[in-house]
Amino acid sequence: MSIFLDQNTRVIVQGYTGRIGTFHAREMIEYGTNLVGGVTPGKGGERHLERPVFNTVKDAVRETGAEASVVFVPPPFAADAIMEAADAGIRFCVCVTDGIPAQDMMRVKRYMRRYKREDRMTLTGPNCAGTISPGKAMMGIMPGHIYMQGNVGLIGRSGTLGYEAASQMKAIGIGISTSVGIGGDPINGSAFRDHLERFEQDPETRLVVMIGEIGGPQEAEAAAYARDHMQKPVLAYIAGLTAPKGRTMGHAGAIVTSAGESAAEKVEILRAAGVGIIVRPSEFGNAVGEALASL
Amino acid sequence: MDIHEYQAKALLSEFGMPVAKGGIAYSPEQAAYRAKELGGEKWVVKAQVHSGARGKAGGIRVCSTENEVMQAANELLGRRLVTNQTGPQGKLIGRLYIEEATDIGREIYLAFALDRSSERIMCVASAAGGMDIEEIAVSSPESIVRVPIEPAVGMQDFQAREIAFALGMEAGQLAEAVKALKACYRAFRDLDATMVEVNPLVVTGDGRIIALDAKMGFDDNALFRRPQISELRDKSQEDPREMNAADRGLSYVGLDGNIGCIINGAGLAMATLDMIKHVGGEPANFLDIGGGASPERVAKAFNLVLSDAGVDAILVNIFAGINRCDWVAEGVIQAMEKLKVPVPVVVRLSGTNVELGRQILADSKVDLITADTLAEAAEKAVAAAKTQQTRGDA
Repeated sequence: MSIFLDQNTRVIVQGYTGRIGTFHAREMIEYGTNLVGGVTPGKGGERHLERPVFNTVKDAVRETGAEASVVFVPPPFAADAIMEAADAGIRFCVCVTDGIPAQDMMRVKRYMRRYKREDRMTLTGPNCAGTISPGKAMMGIMPGHIYMQGNVGLIGRSGTLGYEAASQMKAIGIGISTSVGIGGDPINGSAFRDHLERFEQDPETRLVVMIGEIGGPQEAEAAAYARDHMQKPVLAYIAGLTAPKGRTMGHAGAIVTSAGESAAEKVEILRAAGVGIIVRPSEFGNAVGEALASL
Repeated sequence: MDIHEYQAKALLSEFGMPVAKGGIAYSPEQAAYRAKELGGEKWVVKAQVHSGARGKAGGIRVCSTENEVMQAANELLGRRLVTNQTGPQGKLIGRLYIEEATDIGREIYLAFALDRSSERIMCVASAAGGMDIEEIAVSSPESIVRVPIEPAVGMQDFQAREIAFALGMEAGQLAEAVKALKACYRAFRDLDATMVEVNPLVVTGDGRIIALDAKMGFDDNALFRRPQISELRDKSQEDPREMNAADRGLSYVGLDGNIGCIINGAGLAMATLDMIKHVGGEPANFLDIGGGASPERVAKAFNLVLSDAGVDAILVNIFAGINRCDWVAEGVIQAMEKLKVPVPVVVRLSGTNVELGRQILADSKVDLITADTLAEAAEKAVAAAKTQQTRGDA
């Protein structure tokens, strides 16, 4: 299995019967994801997209053996939906919802700490495009066909910039083991560092590409982790060279508020830790190709 | 979202933070009346703009007579205050806060912020107040106290006491200091703030504690449940283009260059701006039109980018994921036909049905420049902007 999922992973959708949930659930099924049902409170017992609908995540887990969940629940209720998944025994959760209040996420993170590490759900997002193991399964909103199956691990904050990188690689015949979206919010479920650790252990992955941006400490934390604990090469691109200090650049988390958070500073920190820097966003394909050739 | 000093003080005061008496004024006459109403012999006339460093910029005046208050108000109202945080265009002074003067013993720095590293609300304080935190971090870093607050239980008395002692409070001031600290924390938590800064928090000559200035910022994602905060929005303090964009569901940040940018997705938008810079150009704006890139959104985006007179060329970079390039291409053409865009436009599409999308652009009668890669798009946009600029100069 890839780091989080394959064609056998049993996946549910929270916010299953809504417009957005329905659209993307259909795309996921078409890609080959083993979607076993969904949750919409109050619609339990109905069927949707030829699959069962449940009132609670616990019901869905009991009846289908679901291990993973994609959350499309609107912002005011999304934090609650994530905690419900964590409590029901879901192992891997992708939260696509954009616009969750930061303090709600603070409480989600605090709540998840009540589970022992080995029982704790891995959360990616919110405000992310999702996770895909090309050729196997996808959880999220990405266009599956732009990814080729291969052995590069990809971790990124942004949806479309991740697509850009994956297409550049596909165009020169480079494939991806798993692409993980960690999202653009200031407080997210998991960080670059968490997924570097998984890719380092993953036999399908030979090299990891990080796509970071301005704001927050997570790129610097990943740099230290790569330096101290990784054998596999790591390449990184940091977006936002032109971003003025104190301005939010689209993502709620893309804002430089303190030292070390600008693109230039992050690049220096990563470089000093031995991470390969992709200087121009037009060079994802070539840079990865060269790094793979030298392995 | 940011609010004014007087609004922040009113909110903090509801939670138990002591503040000086004051009143708001929209005219010089009202300012003088406020001074009379407050009584006393000394008042401070404070320009209400969304910026720090107002004092250094001449936005805060100490007055000893009602006449002086009226005169200061007359000078300030209607002017644009330029501070080191506002940019050269400054911010309009539309209202003043008239406050009774405070007898300052010493000044303390106090702030609460969302700490992304610990994923908690963090109290940051220093006995070396009166400067901003960056200056304190350079001049006396050892004076800075940082205390993270556990979200499940909130700020505890012992934490507030530890901070108060670290700030040099005396035994007699302890209860009041603990109350002030917890007021800031509770206001932050209960109102979904992203920042509360009291700089300075003052110990008066006779030993009382007072918030002399106050600044609060709020989480835009939480405004749906804080209608009382949304009401405090002062649109005169916002950039009209950014406000216009936000009202249309687009995310826009004005920059200093001459290449207008229309992109879907925040990360791709930042990367495209980087690419322009790498090939020797300067972007005029950041603009994320969201994942969808429908023709209506593209048309709104063109309008927005063109409202900046400094734009010499436009770069459209759309990655069609769930939607298709042919559909986006038609949207771009429709928008350009309708708007008669007066500057060169470079369009780069990628993703689903890219060949079909490029064919539609190539076959159209609209005058646009196409590019296949990100690098090519940026180079063509920079070249087009240069040509356009030369034409403008001639």
